[in-house]
Amino acid sequence: MTGAVARLGARSVDWVAGLGHMTRFAGSVVAAALRPPLRGRTLVREIYDVGVRSLALILGSGFVVGMVLGLQAYNTLARFGAEQSLGAVVGLSLIRELGPVLTGLLVTGRAGSATAAGIGAMVTTGQLDGLRMMSISPIHFVVYPKALALLIAMPLLSALFIVVGVFGGYVVVVELLGLDPGSYLSSLENAVDFRDDVLASVLKGVVFGLLAGLISTYRGYTSEPTAEGVSRSTTSTVVVASVCILISNYFITALWGV
Amino acid sequence: MTASIETDPATGEAHVELDSVRLAFGRRVVFRDLRCRAPRGRVTIVLGGSGSGKSTLLRLVGGLQRPDAGSVRVAGEEVTGLGERELTRVRRKIGMLFQNGALLDSISIFENVALPLREHTAKDELEIESEVHRRLASVGLDDVDELLPGELSGGMLRRAALARAIVMDPEILLCDEPFSGLDPPNVERIEALLTRLNRELGLTIIVTSHHMASSMRMGDQLVLLRDGFAVGGTPAELVAGGDPRVVEFLGSDAVAAAAGAGAGSVGS
Repeated sequence: MTGAVARLGARSVDWVAGLGHMTRFAGSVVAAALRPPLRGRTLVREIYDVGVRSLALILGSGFVVGMVLGLQAYNTLARFGAEQSLGAVVGLSLIRELGPVLTGLLVTGRAGSATAAGIGAMVTTGQLDGLRMMSISPIHFVVYPKALALLIAMPLLSALFIVVGVFGGYVVVVELLGLDPGSYLSSLENAVDFRDDVLASVLKGVVFGLLAGLISTYRGYTSEPTAEGVSRSTTSTVVVASVCILISNYFITALWGV
Repeated sequence: MTASIETDPATGEAHVELDSVRLAFGRRVVFRDLRCRAPRGRVTIVLGGSGSGKSTLLRLVGGLQRPDAGSVRVAGEEVTGLGERELTRVRRKIGMLFQNGALLDSISIFENVALPLREHTAKDELEIESEVHRRLASVGLDDVDELLPGELSGGMLRRAALARAIVMDPEILLCDEPFSGLDPPNVERIEALLTRLNRELGLTIIVTSHHMASSMRMGDQLVLLRDGFAVGGTPAELVAGGDPRVVEFLGSDAVAAAAGAGAGSVGS
């Protein structure tokens, strides 16, 4: 019994210490972001890696999710004769929740894991130590551009997911089920509120990007310098970032008042 | 057990000095009371078996690893208590050749060698290009500008990393196993490059190595790490000391070579 309590205590202390390390790490990334040079070329390359290379995944997923949403919403709303609200249901579901959350999870799985693995591999091969010995901060040279790229790309990818999702819903509802296109689009237009829906969606994209960027770079940066260590950091990036995204989604939704 | 290195004060001013250094990773004690020094402008070879702490010693000098206790002085400056920003100033005096090169694998060889110049100097693009090509030529590399590190052979990679390590004209060059995994011609090439850097530029060079023949040829001073202790001196001094562990590690050929060199130097 005493041993179990001791283990629990040790784990709690480790968890708090880990949280402290990560907070300090986040502080140093923010400090690096405010310090010149901007590293614009590196940043553009990272945004390309994170954003452009995730496009096919996001567009394909968004379209399919929109189609399924249209189909499910139709089946439900048709029972009550409320098919004219299909545009609003599909649009609001995508804008408020599915767009940012699914984009957050998908980008974390694709780009977040790649970011953690990439930095972890640099740890393993001594590349970060090489930078330190050249008096170049690895946080400034490697970490900050990758974290900022995720922060910038996430809300943009989320917006694309939503647009393509709305189009997917349109294809099913209008083209396949034969509903009036004007009804679909006007119900969407009338239902969406800029502050409650669009701004909240953008905020979620930014927060999820921040979480994915910080967690993936932190896990990579602190990974054990072994193949197994990199593997662990990659896996934990996806798990921890996904859980954090889902939890923070609840709080943003609750606090934003939507 | 106390691990101390007694070196001849006459070999010159200590450019790098470790005193009473203690370091353990968990329960594994690497250094108990390590004392050693690398004289300015000389080549110091750090020998020892796997796990004896050779690379760790270099990491201590470069500030990549902090000791649990003791002092590490580089060019007269104590580095153990320095923060990252202050270490940056000390590291400008140091070039480091890592065992696997540690070149950034996502950028070309040219960009790798140019990186310190871009970060720390106000040179324009033409000057950087000229400097990078001069350094690459000095290590015998041509037409590798556009290649990625992964496209080079082991020997070429090591030489490209050496070019990057010296591009900022450091005072001290740390080389971690520069000969490991290389064929004899490449070992000779790297050895000749390091010797030339020492002779022509007066660099203080600290090399960790398993390669006994090169070590005996290059080293002005040897430091042998073993079983948590260290012994140091010129090759001839080490052999003359008669410590059986030293003789066993160096091997009979190296001992004979060192004894011959020692006799020669005494006689000259």
